[in-house]
Amino acid sequence: MSLRSRLAWLRAEALAISRRPAFREGARDGVPMAIGIAAWGLVAGVAMAKSGMGVALAIFMSLLVYAGSAQIAALPLITAGAPMWVVWATTLCVSLRFMAFSFHYRPYFAHLPRRQRIALSFLMGDTNFALFIRRFPQLVPGYRHEDYFLGSAVVTFGVWQLAIITGIVAGHGIPASWSLGFAGTMALLALTCTQLRSPSTWVAAVVAACAAVAAYALPMKLNIVVAIAAAVAFGVLAGRARPDRAEVKK
Amino acid sequence: MNPLEIFLTALGMALITLLCRAFFMLPEQDLPMPQWLREGLRYAPIAALAAVVAPELVLTQGHLVDTWRDARIFGALAGLTFYAWKHSLFGTIVCGTGVMLALRFGVGW
Repeated sequence: MSLRSRLAWLRAEALAISRRPAFREGARDGVPMAIGIAAWGLVAGVAMAKSGMGVALAIFMSLLVYAGSAQIAALPLITAGAPMWVVWATTLCVSLRFMAFSFHYRPYFAHLPRRQRIALSFLMGDTNFALFIRRFPQLVPGYRHEDYFLGSAVVTFGVWQLAIITGIVAGHGIPASWSLGFAGTMALLALTCTQLRSPSTWVAAVVAACAAVAAYALPMKLNIVVAIAAAVAFGVLAGRARPDRAEVKK
Repeated sequence: MNPLEIFLTALGMALITLLCRAFFMLPEQDLPMPQWLREGLRYAPIAALAAVVAPELVLTQGHLVDTWRDARIFGALAGLTFYAWKHSLFGTIVCGTGVMLALRFGVGW
């Protein structure tokens, strides 16, 4: 296929997807989160600008990595001239939660070709995940889950990139005292609430929150890993304690 | 770090985040996994979200807040209350942020 016909095909495909009802539903659900994502993206962008890596590299990193918390965690290390492997290890610790998301998405996307699965993976984030699981606690046979995912993911990606690039370019024009990042924290708090479906999820959330605070002094954002491990351990124990309930979800 | 090092660092970061995101998407067959671990992993996403949020709310420069007059905590409580009341994501963000800003700039906390 020539480049031109390939582009035309891509355009037609994108147009067709954007007209599907599931895509529209996903996009609609993504819009209310935009204010939190925009505020957080702006803060991340300002942090990138202040790290002194230059506008081009900052935009390059934002487009390619597309993981706000990993980027923010990496910045002080890059500024301080830490070895590359320390930055990568930190990125890994912050990104381990994506593996959990990936695990939960698999049954919904397993029927797609591998290339599409990887493309969808690139768009995974906290916001999409929480919205997706809130909408689809269980598989709905015949529903195009990937369209819903794409709808909310495209909105999130667009708003995030627009905000972070604005932050990178505007840089020092946005004072820290505005506390913009708090809107992002509130967005995550709201998303956490959507996942509190049962008493045991409450306990898991509290366990993780306490562990993350207690282990905060650990290097390379290991506190997040510790928190997830603690909550998973609790989940295993809870499953053992009530084998009858554990049978419910295969 | 010089620009080339930052470029390489960013490439590596992109690869690591993508590998994490695609980890369970890459294989054609489901990875074999014991039932007890599947059970436990159900709690991983909420744990991850809570683990990212909690330190942002109760830590200042890595130390636990030592005063109850912290605008963030009341903002978060306002947000939680709003969520419990209306179940609205947008409302939770606006209400929580609004209360935090009001306390910070109105009362000076």
